[in-house]
Amino acid sequence: MTTTPNSEQLHTGQHLTIVKVWLAIGLLVFALMMIAGVALRAAQGSAFLTLPPDLFYQIMTLHGAGMVGVAGLAGLAVNWYFLSHHVALSPRILLIALLLSLLAVTLIIGSILIGKFAAGWTFLYPLPAKSLGIWSTAAAATFATGLLVLGVAFLLVYLDMAIAISKQYGNLIKGLGLPMLFGRTPLDDSHPTTVVASSMVIIVNVCGIAVGAVVLVMTIANLLAPSIAPDALLMKHLIYFFGHVFINATIYSAVTAVYELLPVYTARPWKISRPFLAAWFAATFMVMAVYPHHLLMDFAIPAWVAIAGQIISYTSGIPVLVVTAFSGLMLVYRSGIRWDASSSLLVLGLFGWAAGVVPAVIDGMIKVNLVMHNTMWVPGHFHFYLLLGLLPMVLGFSTYLAANGQQGKSSRVPVYLYSIGGIALCLSFLVSGAMSVPRRFAVHESAWQWLGNVGAIAGSLVLLSTLMLALPILAKLKNASLQHSV
Amino acid sequence: MQTPVLVVSLLGMLLVSAAFILVIRNSSVRQDNYAGIVTRGYSVRRWWMIALCVVGVTVTITSLTPFPITANAGTPPKVIKAVGGQWYWKLDNNTAMAGEPVQFHVTSDDVNHGFAIYNPDNKIIAQTQAMPGYVNQLNVTFTEPGLHRILCLEYCGLAHHGMIADFTVTEAN
Repeated sequence: MTTTPNSEQLHTGQHLTIVKVWLAIGLLVFALMMIAGVALRAAQGSAFLTLPPDLFYQIMTLHGAGMVGVAGLAGLAVNWYFLSHHVALSPRILLIALLLSLLAVTLIIGSILIGKFAAGWTFLYPLPAKSLGIWSTAAAATFATGLLVLGVAFLLVYLDMAIAISKQYGNLIKGLGLPMLFGRTPLDDSHPTTVVASSMVIIVNVCGIAVGAVVLVMTIANLLAPSIAPDALLMKHLIYFFGHVFINATIYSAVTAVYELLPVYTARPWKISRPFLAAWFAATFMVMAVYPHHLLMDFAIPAWVAIAGQIISYTSGIPVLVVTAFSGLMLVYRSGIRWDASSSLLVLGLFGWAAGVVPAVIDGMIKVNLVMHNTMWVPGHFHFYLLLGLLPMVLGFSTYLAANGQQGKSSRVPVYLYSIGGIALCLSFLVSGAMSVPRRFAVHESAWQWLGNVGAIAGSLVLLSTLMLALPILAKLKNASLQHSV
Repeated sequence: MQTPVLVVSLLGMLLVSAAFILVIRNSSVRQDNYAGIVTRGYSVRRWWMIALCVVGVTVTITSLTPFPITANAGTPPKVIKAVGGQWYWKLDNNTAMAGEPVQFHVTSDDVNHGFAIYNPDNKIIAQTQAMPGYVNQLNVTFTEPGLHRILCLEYCGLAHHGMIADFTVTEAN
């Protein structure tokens, strides 16, 4: 195993500056997209707001694309920051990726707000080409181009990360720790957890984004030349592989904040072990293999694919529940941890990720999917992962960074409010799903509306508490000079 | 089906919550012997892993036997062709009898749609995707007479939420 160089040799002020810019933009976009989300739930409730269907579906597309995009960007920023302490990364490439992302965001927002594109962030083929006059071909092509540019931005950073890990450790397989897992080399518990996580994220998300690029190019080709009409089921496979892998990779990226900061708070090491390496190795495959659980209601797929989708959906929760969350809890147990906003958010992130496994794997069962697919149950489970998993990890890291690593300086009140609002919002989705309320409906029947109103109130609380956390971070971020030691 | 699913999910999430609350309540006083905590933790984790595997195998076998997608197939079923389009449903027959096996042959004229059958209590009893170029066969044996509805559950554009058809289930003879 190659010796890790001193982090101070790798990490410069430029690294920190670009991460701070990246995080600041990310937090602002999160807040804006939350406003969009609250508006959607309020419109479904009808008590506080009404929206015409065309505007509702535009905002829905914006909320989806915006949240997935910013989750990816924020998760990448966290991952990049911690990985830059272990390997030599290029801040210039991260800056180029940021500029490309801004271009992508401009294209995506323009296609939605000016071009009225509203096919959802999943742009399920052939809907982008068949709007019945609501949006133009140009608007759909602009949206798809925006996503393509965003993918290029991510790929640039992943390429830099992959090269840096390979230079330092030999290759991504060694970065993932497989020679140690399979006994080819002795277990070196100084091998950084962040390098293992980063190697996994690079492997899965390069595959995910590459597949996304294929399906986006095919979508654009169909838009420009309708005679090029790919098979709808093939496109569905590609879209859900891309979408599932990409959104999962955001959490696996952000969890590096938990791996790196929880040991600082608890003054205990989070070291690799064979179960740890096995969990990440298994997750590498399962994140890529589990996407058929999105296709369970497409009976044209072979039965064995649906069965595999159900089984892998269950098993993919095990590394989270048995290794990551469990190890995090062992670290905190009787540690004398100092609870502040940052440490609370990091543990909340672990909780959201672990608890979100439950509704996810249950919906992954074919028998349940027959009555739950595309109901509000689905946003219920992924809001658990993202709102109570990923975002608290990002906010926890940002709070820590803004406080220059000083513990006990940030109030936990916003975290309590955030937790209450987030859990209430997720439950409003899950209860709606159990009542068979469809997802992605601009107009809700009167019997369903109270849940939309509950969701809007809960979402407003989440928005308020996010601002209570994010505004002090934004105010302090400029002067943050933390050089996190590894 | 939906209520038990919700209850089981809430219980599962409560179990996860209980573990976090237990640890957080025991986090303020430091125990320096972390190696001892790890040893005990690994022991608990081993049983936790075994429990998850046992639950997984049991649930997998029971939930997939018989295979849910073909479980309700009767011989011979009444075949009803259903075609989705922006934003309508075309059914060649919109009635069936309670207890009578029905097989819906579902496809689409244009984009992806979701063919979901709601019972008179407004709960989904079965669904499949309506895809251009494919015919999905959905087996349903209605148990409850009354007015059922078919809603689109795959977002398909501006009037997606209004894509609804009625389906009547009559009393069994």
